[in-house]
Amino acid sequence: MTITDVLSAIEAEAIADTWRDDVEINSACGADLMSDVMAFVKDQVLLMTGLINVQVIRTAILMDIQAVCFVRGKSPNEEMIEMAKANGIVLLKTKLPLYISCGKLYTAGVREGGVRKID
Amino acid sequence: MEFHYEVSGNDFARAGLASSEIKKTLQRLGLPHEVIKRVAVAMYEAEINMVVHAGGGVADVRIDKELITIVMCDKGPGIEDLSKAMEDGYSTASEQVRELGFGAGMGMSNMKKNADEMYIDTAKGKGTCVTLKIRIPEHS
Repeated sequence: MTITDVLSAIEAEAIADTWRDDVEINSACGADLMSDVMAFVKDQVLLMTGLINVQVIRTAILMDIQAVCFVRGKSPNEEMIEMAKANGIVLLKTKLPLYISCGKLYTAGVREGGVRKID
Repeated sequence: MEFHYEVSGNDFARAGLASSEIKKTLQRLGLPHEVIKRVAVAMYEAEINMVVHAGGGVADVRIDKELITIVMCDKGPGIEDLSKAMEDGYSTASEQVRELGFGAGMGMSNMKKNADEMYIDTAKGKGTCVTLKIRIPEHS
């Protein structure tokens, strides 16, 4: 799924200047806890979160996450946008809550695989 | 190859900077993706801990042919109950730290999971040194 597909699936808009549509989204992860993102996420995921601080972007950089969508109508601050731009990370935002965003994305065809099996 | 970083203790926004730098260095050196990821996660968690619990410290990273050694030392309060600190879900982090997306008691186990060896030297009131060793498997 392309970022354009993601936008229409979860009623999201892209944050200006971070846009690129060459990122392929195969799976997604919804989390507000960055330690969990680091513990469970595999590559090539769309991270959906309601957390707003630079450590979200830092986590994305360290985990090779190329796209982050902020839910519940939240917007990243200038520092986050700059950091994302410098590292080629696409930022999106949607007014939908996390649960609904995940559900819509799942329905649109983004399934499991982005998170390692939890035993 | 050796690297030294001062980790600032009063600027949460800068936490993780040293880990990002090391990740870039390892990428330039062409190390396996899996090794880079393990180093990045283990060091980032240690760096976050250092900032939120200990007021910062120093990070030393040594890259040898077969091994990456990360030593992170602070002069913070020390870890009072180390075995408890290693448990998933145990944390002494403040509400403020939790609001930032950390402090849910996953940091130590994330470090341990990603390192081949992990040593913690801590004393109450004196500080903590965490040593993380990650082996580099033979690669082309």
